[in-house]
This record gives sequence, structure tokens and C-alpha cells, in this order.
Amino acid sequence: MEEVTDVVCALCGCVCDDIVVEIEDNKVTKVKRGACSVGKSKLLGHERIKSPMIRENGELKEVSYDEAIKKAAETLYKSRRPLLYGWSSTVCEADRAGVELAAELGGVVDNTASVCHGPSVLAIQDVGLPSCTLGQVKNRADLIIYWGSNPAEAHANHMKRYSYVSKGYWTAEGKKGKKLVVVDVRKTMPAKMADIFVQVEQGQDYPLFSALRAILRGHEDVVPEKVGGVPKEQLLELAEMIKKAKFGITFFGMGVTHTGARHNNIVNAIQFTRAAHLHGKWSIMPMRGHYNVTGFNQVCCWQTGFPFSVDLARGYPWYNPGETSSTDLLYRGDCDSALIIASDPGAHFPGESLKHLAKIPVIQIDPFANPTTEFADIIIPSTISGIESPGGVYRMDNIPIRLRKIVDTDEYISDEEIVERILAEVRALKEKEGQ
Amino acid sequence: MAELLIKNGVVYDPINGVKGEKMDICIRDGKIVESVSNPEVIDAEGRVIMPGGVDIHAHIAGGKVNAGRLMRPEDGRKGLEPKTTVCRAQSGYSVPNTFATGYRYAKMGYTFVMEAAMPPLAARHTHEEIIDIPILDNAAMPLIDNNWMTMEYIKSGDTDLLAAYIAWMIKATKGYGVKVVNPGGTEAWGWAKNCNLHDAVPFFDVTPADIVRGLAEATEKYEMPHSVHVHCNMLGHPGNFETTTATYDLVKGIKPYRDRPAMHATHTQFHSYGGTTWGDFESKAKAIADYINNNNHVSIDIGSVILGDTTTMTADGPMEYSLYQITGRKWTNLDVELETGSGITPFLYSGKVSVHTVQWAIGQELALLVKDPWKIAMTTDHPNAGPFIGYPIIISMLMSKKRRDELAAEVHKVIYDRSELPSIDREYDLYEIAIITRGMTAKTLGLHDHGKGHLGVGADADVAIYDMLPEERDAGKIQKAFLNTKYTLKSGEIVVKDGEVVAAPPGRTIFVTPECDETLMNEMLGTLKQKFEKYYSVTFNNYPVQDEYLPHPYEIKAPMRG
Repeated sequence: MEEVTDVVCALCGCVCDDIVVEIEDNKVTKVKRGACSVGKSKLLGHERIKSPMIRENGELKEVSYDEAIKKAAETLYKSRRPLLYGWSSTVCEADRAGVELAAELGGVVDNTASVCHGPSVLAIQDVGLPSCTLGQVKNRADLIIYWGSNPAEAHANHMKRYSYVSKGYWTAEGKKGKKLVVVDVRKTMPAKMADIFVQVEQGQDYPLFSALRAILRGHEDVVPEKVGGVPKEQLLELAEMIKKAKFGITFFGMGVTHTGARHNNIVNAIQFTRAAHLHGKWSIMPMRGHYNVTGFNQVCCWQTGFPFSVDLARGYPWYNPGETSSTDLLYRGDCDSALIIASDPGAHFPGESLKHLAKIPVIQIDPFANPTTEFADIIIPSTISGIESPGGVYRMDNIPIRLRKIVDTDEYISDEEIVERILAEVRALKEKEGQ
Repeated sequence: MAELLIKNGVVYDPINGVKGEKMDICIRDGKIVESVSNPEVIDAEGRVIMPGGVDIHAHIAGGKVNAGRLMRPEDGRKGLEPKTTVCRAQSGYSVPNTFATGYRYAKMGYTFVMEAAMPPLAARHTHEEIIDIPILDNAAMPLIDNNWMTMEYIKSGDTDLLAAYIAWMIKATKGYGVKVVNPGGTEAWGWAKNCNLHDAVPFFDVTPADIVRGLAEATEKYEMPHSVHVHCNMLGHPGNFETTTATYDLVKGIKPYRDRPAMHATHTQFHSYGGTTWGDFESKAKAIADYINNNNHVSIDIGSVILGDTTTMTADGPMEYSLYQITGRKWTNLDVELETGSGITPFLYSGKVSVHTVQWAIGQELALLVKDPWKIAMTTDHPNAGPFIGYPIIISMLMSKKRRDELAAEVHKVIYDRSELPSIDREYDLYEIAIITRGMTAKTLGLHDHGKGHLGVGADADVAIYDMLPEERDAGKIQKAFLNTKYTLKSGEIVVKDGEVVAAPPGRTIFVTPECDETLMNEMLGTLKQKFEKYYSVTFNNYPVQDEYLPHPYEIKAPMRG
């Protein structure tokens, strides 16, 4: 039995890196400290895809890695408009190879942000993002707002490690010296702990941000008696709390990005942060989901200049979400093949887009089966990043952390290697045909 | 590797005192050698030859550069170029993608760039981007000035432990030296406040002046190639020139390791402002230049403005906030726990605006009023005062009074009464240009001992052949020549030919290893580990940059001084 410390969790955007596990016979047998229940379950392992497979006449047949990779390369090379989608639950090394593969193919590369915090990215492109690292929140924050996000369900260690419950330099007493505010359509678990719970009507976040901005900028007279189902009185109370805070932060989630005004919600949330900053230190941060969704946006941005939904068909990067985003491309029936890696559009894409995805050849790279596997034609299992292979990831606050390899495997190869081998095969095919 | 002979070139190699001499350059295995026996020959046909350019200060990789790219797709769309058989696709103007950064510098004849500000906690990010910057050798300077450990050791007067801390930080980040940005002010920005030179930093009970002096002393305890590299307090504020010279005064009497100043003060244009408001704003370049002319303990770079739109970015969070308040444009901020911060906002320098015109004049005034070019470097603080791609514009202005006069007639008339630029007749010659773009910068960074910035035997065969004759005086032709070389060689390989990138090998990352006494190091680590346990959001063991992030490393050891 061997104890391993400083293990980094490859599950959600919290990227907890202080996990202690026990390893016996090259397997994680116990998670001693640091991980939440979901992270623990991932570390302990569960059912995975056992072998590369190719679908023939509707049946999946086990094949070798060489065969699957070759077939994947041929499929992508033959198609006119391949989509390379996913990239958020894998490491930056794989993402770098992925953008290069998309460039080589003249395809479209896109990550899960496209159906997740994509609206947040669009908002940042409109107004910027005043933010900070999570340690800054831990040490300084005396007012924390969770808006349209439920950390108890989606980021189970977030409050304990970084925000309301954590202890830091100026926050040595933990939650004692802090205020918690939750804005949500339903009374979530954190809402029950909150000093103020603001129950907003579905889709009414935009006017609520506007009302708070007005009050914080000294125009409370324009605010009506009720905004988004919230009494003005409660908004005045909240604004007073915001004005008194020395260091405040808003964490927001899908409840704001995908309702009502969508990316305009986030523009307004950021404008609200700017207004709050007139009274003290204020920051805002998206609660990024996958452990490296942030990392793909970083890689894609430094390699192409744009964070996601990048079309490389012209030889130079073309970025225009709506035109070049995955769900829209599929909805219009534009793509004639897809490589899906480290994600599950099968469970998350809108039905009309999925219908087209199910029609075209799909290559899936993933350690685990998921609904996408049900219609994938070439399936290539990979190592579990952070357990069987190392690599760089970016936490939700853009802090880069390196996943560790804690057990060995000779059965599976990494996402990075798979993508690089497909790239090499595509180049070989191009050369053969004199392109 | 094959041998190469460059003949019939007119060589400007200031570190070796070569002032426009017609001479052959012999290359073998990527290095400059005495002679060659069976070389491939490049006939330079009388063109100007210089060592590969060495940029002392630019923001080319890392968190805030990428935040700039993410925030500004409109900038990304400005520089689109399709991929070729050699090059990856390019995008961007003020925040080019990593590939474009490498290609465009190489086309201007540059072969080394110093990334000027690396937040230690995000150092892995800086290095990860650098891996994707082709051709250029590079290094990065970690920010070690707003760090709690630094301020606590300065308060307690433990310079030796401070020296141990900077050694650990430079090693952990695979960095090059000590970067200082608005010392104390960025920590204060954690509470939305700022500090001037003699204000106490909230909660830490030290002043920015204490921090600068303390870090300069700690740096000089090692045989560091470069001095402390300082972005002074009050950047961009009217009347800040007094803070600037007072900061310079702080390192008087510190004895630097080897023949270089004890401080490099960067993007001086932003720190040479007179007046009390934007209304009576004026140039104080003359006061700064006089200081530099009369003292030898400080070197500077100009941070010259390129008129037009750009993306400003700095660890000076409060400054970016002030700028955003002026423009109302988009604004990104990222404060980094226990260490530093950063802000990003777009900015347009317009010749129609009086303040921008004075700013534009100051960079050139500094270059023209500082008499000894070995004390001054050409920069734009890329992309803050303008993108690096504007360097050839600055060169053409420094070399041509005529061009300066033409441009002065087009910008705001304040140029005639709030700056001295129109009254300066000096014109740089090519030798002086070579000093401020490679000789001075390589020497100030201590890179000349490692093959950079000159063409002596044993140096790296990094060579720029500009498509111009030495007697060229036409500013437009000079500008064109400095934008796209006839040839650029990197370690003996032709990477640019006729203004096109023909090869894109990876560059090396140069890092410094300060060698600290083990007892001191262990004592410091005791305190540092507590900081990690209680306050950092990553663990001590996950913090240092792993070797995987430097696939082409080059180490410079810096022992403690005897």
C-alpha cells in the first residue's frame, strides 16, 4: 500500500489539488482526504470502454488501436466539413494537438463552452471580466453571491475550499465574518444557509441586475416596487450589503447563461460588478463545469486568437458563434463527420442537432461510455487523465495546474497520443495523394 | 549542420565595436566561427547586417496576453493569415496569436524576446504559451514585489531570507530575474486601493520604496545576469516624473554584480509626465533624460507610443482600472492571491488628442535626449504603448528628423509647446539603432555572455540582413527594411528569406538558477510552507513549474556572490 499526496482531481472546474489517496496493486483503493463524493467516485474508478471498436452493420466490433486510429483518420480526411468537438475533460496537451488536427483538416474546432459558458465568453468580449483567483476570495471575501448556480450540487468543494466556508488571512473565522447571498429560482441547499435568498422569477435575471445597478449608481428612484418577482425592499437591503462589503464576488452558473436574455444576462452581471466596484472591491467569476473547459479556451485562444467555435476551412481562423458553433452547424446539417472527445453531446445537444450527428460518421475518444457511444461509429478508449496520465489543466479562475499520473496502464493510450497519431495518419494520407 | 558564409555585408555589431564594416560572417553548427571551409554562401550585396534583435520588454505570452486575445476578437480579425506549409495560421494585431508572434518578430530580425511579467502562480501558463511561439529564444520575469513573503521579509529586515525567497521563486517559475510592478500598489488593489512610493501598503506596514530597495539588494546577492526590472509606481499619472526619479534614487549605492546598472526601469514614457491634471499635462522627458545622463545606476527602455488602437495590459491593476474609467471600454482584471494582479483594457492613441500626442512625443524625446545609447532600449512595452510590429516606425523616426517634422505637423499642436520633440535635431545612425535594439539590451540582460546580441566568435548565429544599404536616408524605405528582413538566421538556420518565414524551429527558454545557501533556504521554506497551507489555493508541491513545460531549456546558474 502506498499513500500518494497532492493528487489533482480531474472532475469539475474546482480542480482540487490536495487529495490524498491510497494505492494498492496499481489501483486507487481509498481516497483519504480532499475529494468531494463525486471526485472520490471518479478516483476509485468505474466501468470503462475496454477496447477500440468500429461499428459494422450496426454492431460494434473490437479492433486494435492501429486499426481504429487509421479508420478515424480516413473518415476525417475524406469528409468535407469535419467537426472536432469536446476537449473539456482532457488535458491541454490533447487540446493543442486537437487544434492542430482541425487546422490540418480545415475543419471546425469547438469545445463544450459552446453549450455551456459560451454566453459568458460572448459577454466578456463585450465588456471584459473583472475577476480574481479563488485564493483571493478565500483570503479576502466578506460577501459572496451565488447567482443561478448551486455549488452544493455542481461544485461540491467550492464553498469549503474557496469561498463561504473557507478560512484565510482576513477571513480567519470562516463563515462567521462573511455574508452569503443566493439568487435562484428555487430554494437550493446554499439558499438555506444564505443571509439573503433572492427568489427570482424564471428568466428575470436581466431586470434584476439592472435594478441593482441603478441602486448602486444612486438611481433607486427608477426601480419599481417589484422586479423579477423580487420586492424593491429586498433589493435595497441587498444593495446596502454590497455597498458595505470590502471584498465581494459573484459566482454565476447556467441559471443565468441559458435563461431569458442569455449572454446579455452576463453583460448585465458584469456591468453590475462594475457598479458594485464603485463602493468596494468587486469581482465576478463563471462557475466553469468540466475540469479543463477553461483550458481548451486558453489553448484555442493562444493558438488561433479565438476561444471556441473556430472554423479553419479557409486556412485562417474564422470565429463567429451562431455560424461556426457546433449545435448550429449540426442543426443546419453542415458537417459530414465528427470527432467527439472528452464530452457527451449525445446527452447535451438539442434534439434537432443530434439528429444530424447521429446520421454522420462519428469518432468518439473517451475512457468512458456515455449516450454518445450509442451512435458513435469508431470508438477509441483513452487513459483517464489525472489518474493514468498527466497533463496541464486550467481551473475555473484560469490558474494552471498539472494533473498527476498516479497509476500505470499499458492497456490504454492517452487522448494526446491518440489525437497526435490521427494527425500523423492524416498527414500521411495527404502526402500520399500529393496534397 | 552545414557551414554558412555571409559575405559582402556591412556589419553593425556594437558589442564588438563593429561600426558598419564590410566583413564576412562565418557560421558552423549554429554558432559564429573564425572561418569555414566549404560553406553555403549568402551574398549580402552590401546590405546592412546586425545581430538578431533582443527585445528587453514585451508582453507576448501568459494569462493577461491571452485574456486580451479572448476579450478582443476584433483585434484577432485584424491579422488573419492562412497557414502555409511552414507556418500555422496567424491572427491578431496588438494581441497576435503565439505563432504570429514568433513569425513577425523573426521577420523584423529579432531572435530573442523577454516576456516582461509572469505571475508566479500562473507561470505554467506563460511557459505553455511560449512552447507555441516558434523561432524566438525567450525568457520570462516572475513578479516578486507585491508578494506577502517579500513584504514580510522587508518589514523584518531579513534581506538574506528575502534573497532565499527570490531564489526559490525564480527557480519555481523557471524565471529569469526579479520583476517589480507598482510595488505595494497591486497588493493594495486587492482592496481597490493604490500606493505611491512612500505610502504604507495596507496591512503590511512597508512602503513601495522599501520594497524596491530591498529587492534590489536581494537580487545583487547573486551573480544575476539582470538587475531588478522595475515598473515604477503611479504609471500613467500626470506629474509622476518625480516618483520616477525618486525610485531611481533608491538603488544608489547598491553595488551591482558585474558591469551593469542596479536597476532597469521600464517603459519610461509612461513615467515621464508633468502637470497636475490631464488639462496641464506635459512632457518631462528632459528631466528624466537629464537624470539618466548624470547617473550610471539605472538603465531604461522607452515604451514609445504607436498611434492607433492597442490592448493595454499590466500587473498594475489599479492603473488599468483608471484607464478603463477614462475610456469606458471593456475591462478585465485578474488579481492573483498573495502575489500580484493584472488588468487589461483596449486603448486608442490618437494624434488628434493632446494628451496622446504628448505621450507619443515623450518616447522619442527620451531616445533622443539620453546621450549614451548604451543606457536606453527601444520598446513599445508591447502591446501597451503599441504593438511590437510598430518598431520599424520608431526606428525610422529616430533616424529621420525630416520624418519627425512631417508627423509633428499632422498631430495635435500641443507637440510644439508641451514637448521638446520638434526642437531636437539629433538623428540616430545605424550603429546607434543596433545598440538600442540588440547591443544594450543583450548586455543589460546579461545575455551577451550566452551568445545573444552580438556576432563575435562563439555567439549564436542569429543574424538579421536588412534589405537596405547603409547610406539609405529615406524614412519610408528604412521602415520597410526593418519590417521584413532580406534574411533572418536563427542559430545558423535561415528562418526568413525575402520577408517570408521559410523555417520555424522551436526557440529555447533561458532560465536562471540562483544558488542559495541551504540553511537559509530551509529556514525560508518553513515560513513559505505555512503560507501554502493556510492561504494559497494550490499546494506547495503542485506549485513549481514542471520540466515538461520547458522542452528546450537553457540554464544560467547564479551562485551567491562571495
